[in-house]
Amino acid sequence: MLAGPNGAGKSTLIETIAQGIPYTGSILWQDQDIHTLKPSQLARMIGVLSQRNNVSYAYSVEEVVGLGRYAHRAGLFSGKDDEGKGQVEKALEMTGLTDLRHASMLTLSGGETQRVFLAQVFAQNPQVLILDEPANHLDLKYQQHIFSLIRQWLQEPGRAVLSVVHDLSLARKYGTHAILMDHGKCISQGEISEVMTPDNLQQVYGMDVYEWMREMLSQWQEC
Amino acid sequence: MQDKRQLKREQFTPVTYLLLTVALFFTMVLCICIGSVRISFSDTVTAVWNAVWKLPIPENIAKNIILNVRLPRVLCVVLAGGALSICGAAMQGLLRNPLADGSTMGVSSGAALGAMIAIATGFTLPGFSFGGSMILAMVFAFGSLILILSLSYALDRSLSTGSIILIGVIFTMFISAIISLIITFASDHTRSLSFWTMGSFSGVNYDQVKILCAALVLCGAILFRFSPELNAFAIGEDNARHIGVNVKRVKLIILITVSVLIGVCVSIAGTVSFVGLIMPHIARMLVGPNHKRLLPASLFSGAIFLLLADLAARTLLSPVELPIGVVTSLVGAVAFVIIFYKTRKVRS
Repeated sequence: MLAGPNGAGKSTLIETIAQGIPYTGSILWQDQDIHTLKPSQLARMIGVLSQRNNVSYAYSVEEVVGLGRYAHRAGLFSGKDDEGKGQVEKALEMTGLTDLRHASMLTLSGGETQRVFLAQVFAQNPQVLILDEPANHLDLKYQQHIFSLIRQWLQEPGRAVLSVVHDLSLARKYGTHAILMDHGKCISQGEISEVMTPDNLQQVYGMDVYEWMREMLSQWQEC
Repeated sequence: MQDKRQLKREQFTPVTYLLLTVALFFTMVLCICIGSVRISFSDTVTAVWNAVWKLPIPENIAKNIILNVRLPRVLCVVLAGGALSICGAAMQGLLRNPLADGSTMGVSSGAALGAMIAIATGFTLPGFSFGGSMILAMVFAFGSLILILSLSYALDRSLSTGSIILIGVIFTMFISAIISLIITFASDHTRSLSFWTMGSFSGVNYDQVKILCAALVLCGAILFRFSPELNAFAIGEDNARHIGVNVKRVKLIILITVSVLIGVCVSIAGTVSFVGLIMPHIARMLVGPNHKRLLPASLFSGAIFLLLADLAARTLLSPVELPIGVVTSLVGAVAFVIIFYKTRKVRS
């Protein structure tokens, strides 16, 4: 989990890894600088789910999910992707979109749209999934659903997820490790329990986060 | 349980292609038949068929009108209509903007300026009567593209869609002012220049047909090849990058391809507006936004629309010929409002 206050540089870090913004230095993947990789090679390794996805044209759900296989169609003219259809079907099934496969993207709710793009990333079948505030703008039901889908995706060995989250409760519930950032710097990294200590959170957020969380949770204990 | 939000989408099957080809053929023949001199369907078909197979053409058939006046014009109109329409479809996908067309980047205006300078100064190539305007149109089209991309890159270092559109619109307005100046001072050519800014296929010949055909085949093939990338861009540039599209390279290739095709069209027929803006929308309503279907559908619909517009331009106030851009603008503006209304209705 990638956590920190607004302006800490979480989304900037995500976009840098996704090669969306210029940077100095290098980002290494298994000792290889990812800047030297072709975009399609990078996409086969790293999949990114953005915070907000808006579709302006009436593509079908299946068409959008199918685009996730783009990086696997090698060559200028070949377009051959043996596993493609199977991966798309699997992605649609995992995200519960099989019945919506022919629906227009313009008719979907925010939660359904986010599920489609999650299915697209699943179809892309990367080794690492980068999520930029995946539960943002979603109601509680969809938040739970998205994270349980990601947990399910992680079942397969050799996969990892890096997720930006504002909600520290979600981070503690679903994350195993964390990076805590502030002002573009890494303040702490390691297992969740080692990173999200009261002192670290006090330093980064400038408040007693544990007290705040207890106060919030106590609202539910009264019910 | 089946979700009721299933997309009704016409399938673009081989039969659809066949039907569209037949519709296009009949529209072409109709446009050859109708004019200040009426020619029968059978005479038209006989003249063209015999000319193709180098057979003698009966004396009673107005072969000069069919083969040297109307046929090259109809062929140019078909090719230009198809070209402008697929350029519009590609730009709307690439820039993710339903108001984009081949002239959004200012390339169309740049090409128009080049051709007008050639007309105003009398610049020609020996043995190539229209070569001067075509060469200058293409040079200015390329120059405009390089200038706009350079300015866009200087703005935000990334060739972003927003800055390309912004610079393109400003550039178009600037060039329009220069064109108005040229028309004001080139008094000898005022009428032909003014007519040309509104589009005209009058006097086109087979050399121009061949060049337009070659440009459409080459550039059309490139755009068709990049259909998956155009789909990715249409969904979102960030998303395109995340799924593995080489965004900068593909954007450059598509922009250059559109510029070449627009440059050739503008050099032959002047500025024909609204075709590239409207016809992709109509095609999208029929076959959906997937560029694998949208580009062929735009090609056919653009060709048929421009044929009918040219027919109207030639015949509505015959013997006076209207500039074709006037017809496409009048029809296009009304069509655009209807499309906009229908799209809003669907989304709500």
